[in-house]
Amino acid sequence: MFPYLEILVFLPAVAGVLVFFFPSEFPKRYYKGLGVLVSSVEFIVAAAMLVQFKTGVGGYQMISRYHWIPEFGITWSLGVDGISLFLVILSAILFPIAIFGSKETKDPKTFIAWMLILEAACVGSFLVLDLFDFFLMFELTLIPTYFLMSNWGFALGGRAAVKFFVYTFLGSAFLLIGILALVFIHDGGTGQVTFSIVALAHTQMSSTAGRLLFLAFSIAFLIKAPVFPFHTWSPDAYSQSPISTAIVLGGIMAKLGTYGIIRFDFQLFPQASRSLGWLILTLAVVGIVYGAITAAGESHLSRLVAYSSLSHMGFIVLGLFAFTQIGLAGAVLQMFNHGIYTAALFLLLGMIYARRKTLDTSKLAGIQSKAPVMAGIFTLVMLASIGLPGLNGFVGEFMILLGTFISHRWWAVVGVSGVVFSAVYMLWAYQKVFHRRDPEQRSFRDLSVREVATLVPLVILIVGVGIFPNLLLSRIDPSVHKVLSDATTQSVAYHSSLGKVAGR
Amino acid sequence: MMSLLPFVVGLPLLGFLVLLFFGRRLGRPGAGIVGSASVGLAFLGSLFVYRGLIARPSDQRVYVERLYSWFSAGSLHVDISLYLDPLTMTMVLFVTGVAFLIHIYSIGYMAHDERFHQFFVYLNLFVFSMLVLVVGGSLPLTFLGWEGVGTCSYFLIAFWFERPSAASAGKKAFIVNRIGDAGFLLGSFMVYKYLGSLSYSHILPGAAGTPQEVATWVSLLFFVAAIGKSAQIPLFVWLVDAMEGPTPVSALIHAATMVTAGVFLMARLNPFLAVSHTTSMVIAIVGVATALLGATAATSQSDIKKVLAYSTVSQLGFMFLGIGTGAYVAAIFLMVTHAFYKALLFLGAGSVIHGMNDEQNLKKMGALRRFMPVTSVTFIVGWLSIAGVPPFSGFWSKGDVLDAAYAKSPLLWIFGIAAALLTAYYMGRETYLTFYGPSRWSDPAKSTVHPHESPKVMTYPLIVLALLALLGGALNLPFGSKLEFLANWLAPVFALAPPPHVSSSLELILGIVDSIVALSGVGLAVSLWRSKWDQPSLEPTVLQKAYFVDTIYDMTVAVPGTLLAKEANQVVDPKVIDGAVKVLVASISSTGKLMRRLQNGYVRSYALAVSLGVVALLGYMLTRASS
Repeated sequence: MFPYLEILVFLPAVAGVLVFFFPSEFPKRYYKGLGVLVSSVEFIVAAAMLVQFKTGVGGYQMISRYHWIPEFGITWSLGVDGISLFLVILSAILFPIAIFGSKETKDPKTFIAWMLILEAACVGSFLVLDLFDFFLMFELTLIPTYFLMSNWGFALGGRAAVKFFVYTFLGSAFLLIGILALVFIHDGGTGQVTFSIVALAHTQMSSTAGRLLFLAFSIAFLIKAPVFPFHTWSPDAYSQSPISTAIVLGGIMAKLGTYGIIRFDFQLFPQASRSLGWLILTLAVVGIVYGAITAAGESHLSRLVAYSSLSHMGFIVLGLFAFTQIGLAGAVLQMFNHGIYTAALFLLLGMIYARRKTLDTSKLAGIQSKAPVMAGIFTLVMLASIGLPGLNGFVGEFMILLGTFISHRWWAVVGVSGVVFSAVYMLWAYQKVFHRRDPEQRSFRDLSVREVATLVPLVILIVGVGIFPNLLLSRIDPSVHKVLSDATTQSVAYHSSLGKVAGR
Repeated sequence: MMSLLPFVVGLPLLGFLVLLFFGRRLGRPGAGIVGSASVGLAFLGSLFVYRGLIARPSDQRVYVERLYSWFSAGSLHVDISLYLDPLTMTMVLFVTGVAFLIHIYSIGYMAHDERFHQFFVYLNLFVFSMLVLVVGGSLPLTFLGWEGVGTCSYFLIAFWFERPSAASAGKKAFIVNRIGDAGFLLGSFMVYKYLGSLSYSHILPGAAGTPQEVATWVSLLFFVAAIGKSAQIPLFVWLVDAMEGPTPVSALIHAATMVTAGVFLMARLNPFLAVSHTTSMVIAIVGVATALLGATAATSQSDIKKVLAYSTVSQLGFMFLGIGTGAYVAAIFLMVTHAFYKALLFLGAGSVIHGMNDEQNLKKMGALRRFMPVTSVTFIVGWLSIAGVPPFSGFWSKGDVLDAAYAKSPLLWIFGIAAALLTAYYMGRETYLTFYGPSRWSDPAKSTVHPHESPKVMTYPLIVLALLALLGGALNLPFGSKLEFLANWLAPVFALAPPPHVSSSLELILGIVDSIVALSGVGLAVSLWRSKWDQPSLEPTVLQKAYFVDTIYDMTVAVPGTLLAKEANQVVDPKVIDGAVKVLVASISSTGKLMRRLQNGYVRSYALAVSLGVVALLGYMLTRASS
């Protein structure tokens, strides 16, 4: 079997490291092309992997496993299932677009190197099947992001990078403690040291230990997503990052959090995930409403997208903890869709910034009459993000809310209010920026062919996935079914084992 | 024949795509012709579909076409499918028919607009969305159309987006409608939870078996959606602002078709209403209250379009009165005839505005019948029709609704008849202020106003609509079951709820009362407004402002909401939430010194330390592993 997954992880990693060692004579203007080339090859491999992916299979596919540090039971193992499939595809789509659309001119060599390493870390996080490997990859995303943000970001990029780093690293500390504790508990119970997710899923532990570990893992993921009230790093980070990095942050890295919840919380602590689900559900709906209200009061467009992301990630988390197949499948679909329209929004913001040197809504006006093509594409993306049926944002949101309504009615009722609020802040911002007349009558160049080309793939996905979401859902659904039935049978087994203990 | 249905729906979509990509090149009137042709062909196609459907025996007139699977997960399966029955057929016919006439008219009305082709892009997308709304085979697909028409309405209200008032009105319409949409979503969820499906072919037969409480909740939630879309109390405020859009838009979207979607939705879901009498009563009361509110507010407006806007609010209230009293056929009948005469009135108003260089103030018009003969005659036909003067179409359709209201409760009927009296009056006032009396536009300082009749491309649709408004009553004449065509045709759709029974002698008496009331309203308007145009005592501020509802919303929702958002954004988030997390971070990590150093900018070293830490951890494990 062709080693798709190995290539997906190592191609950008190796290319990124190699770029660091390129001689200084190498023409600077080639670096961006090189970055686009490598990430496009990555995309082609990912697309081929998608074709090879078997629909209707719930478990991991294309599994490969190598012994790495056998003494600790650490293996290097890769696999893909319906949960991770479209996150890998999403990364493979967004990185070439982010690099192609980037306008960074300073030190292109290092920039491209970090971007490629970041791609490897993101793709790796979604593909590894070993907890130790995951932690490594999860951490590895921080370093390139930090440097990208502080070296190529806006004026306050340095400070935003620190904040980002401190917050996410704090989460990682909890994650590390949680991982080690889990491994020790498993070791104590079975005498076997392992980091394999599959093996650890059967760890017997007290419900208190399960809950504590669930919380330790969850904090890391909730910070990353971000979910209320762990989100305060994100407005700074999204607004001060270079556009290319903001695309990766909002489009891909946010999903590391929600992906981690499905993959680790649900599989390792199914019991605690259910018993503490109300807590996370509540944070999610508070985030949906709070994020939307805060977005309505925001005048900086990138920060507005950050708050809107807080609201939208709240929807995704809601779908996860609804613990219904409809809600969970919707959430996985929405992870992909949110990545697509968030990336498109950031690209458009970058194009506005390039022309006006500001993203402050009070200093922008009347763009629609000057640049109808940009206004049209922006409108489409905006409507996708507020969940207009027929575009990609709708189906996931609908399924999330329906799935939640079935199991947790009142949380869904509060969540539905987000549908109203999202229209408020988006349309309000649109009106300020695109409608009216520019009081100073400045010129505003409409999108160039190159800019349209950057956006077209995302536009096609926004419309295409909106009309044919089953192309994705048919691949997602079997894995969602497996995750849920595993979590259910395990918690049943857990209950019955408890019953035995009590019976004695 | 019925297999043509996907093409009927698809043609306006095709028109939209062609205009979107080649509209600018088609220019004017090319883009308008393409847009009109796509809708005209859709209308022709729907005639063939109709022939196919009516050829079937009346109990088999349901045609479902499944195109493909839209989304599914677990037990949820939602198809892209079409559901055709006499109700949707009626909607398809009148939507495409009226839309075609308004498209033609727009070629003339928008001829001088710089975004001529853009207008038809939106208009064709609207017709497509409206068709999806009515023929969609499941609740999510209806919702696609539902939100699609709302979005097109947003685009078209804000069509002249350079005007801040137009941009705000578009936004307001969308947001208020979204409140209703939340009801639609929750209603759909409830239907799925209790019936396990979202497609009409399952839920309509299944509704009869739902517990009363569930049926009440489901129907109330969908009624919330209908309140938003059809501008009923308390969400009617957006429709008046929507008059910022070009007048053909007001005619098509904000009078004839989109705003009636709520009525259609309730008629579609009538099996739930048959179970829940609570909801039926709520709908009847909201309907009649809105009918009165709209009619009273319409008496005092001085903008030619705002009279019509409040009139639409009021007429939609009548339709809901019909739905709430179980007179579904009457409601649909009123919807169709209203589409004829209200589209006519709006297009007539547009013709006046066009001929008066964008003047909309009734107080600055007068005597226009001499300059606009076709417009004035057709407008008068529209007036008499909406007033309910026999034998104009409004007499028959509104009469059916009022009869049903009487059968349900005389109290509903009294309020209804009062609204009917006002209807005849306020439209008479508008007609007289516009076309009769002395001219008030011949201001010597402003010699630019030369009222003129509109071109034929605009007046021909007026003539067609006037004929329909005059003769539309023939669809359902109360003289024996043979002439009650609409009632027979729609009977299978509303089989669960037999129409309220009114004996023929009572029907005759009520019909005479209706006629007297209509003629009194007409007479009142003529006597009061024949030669006067400024009578403040007849136009109190409270009615001009529609009982200050919009102002109250501004003060209680919009202003505090804006403050709340600013407060959340500028104080709560950065100071409270972020502050709390910072304290948490500082206390948990208990590395205050490190934090302080970080803030001084030694982050690189910190990042380096972290990277080294990871490497060290790795190295440690590797050495342990190899030992």
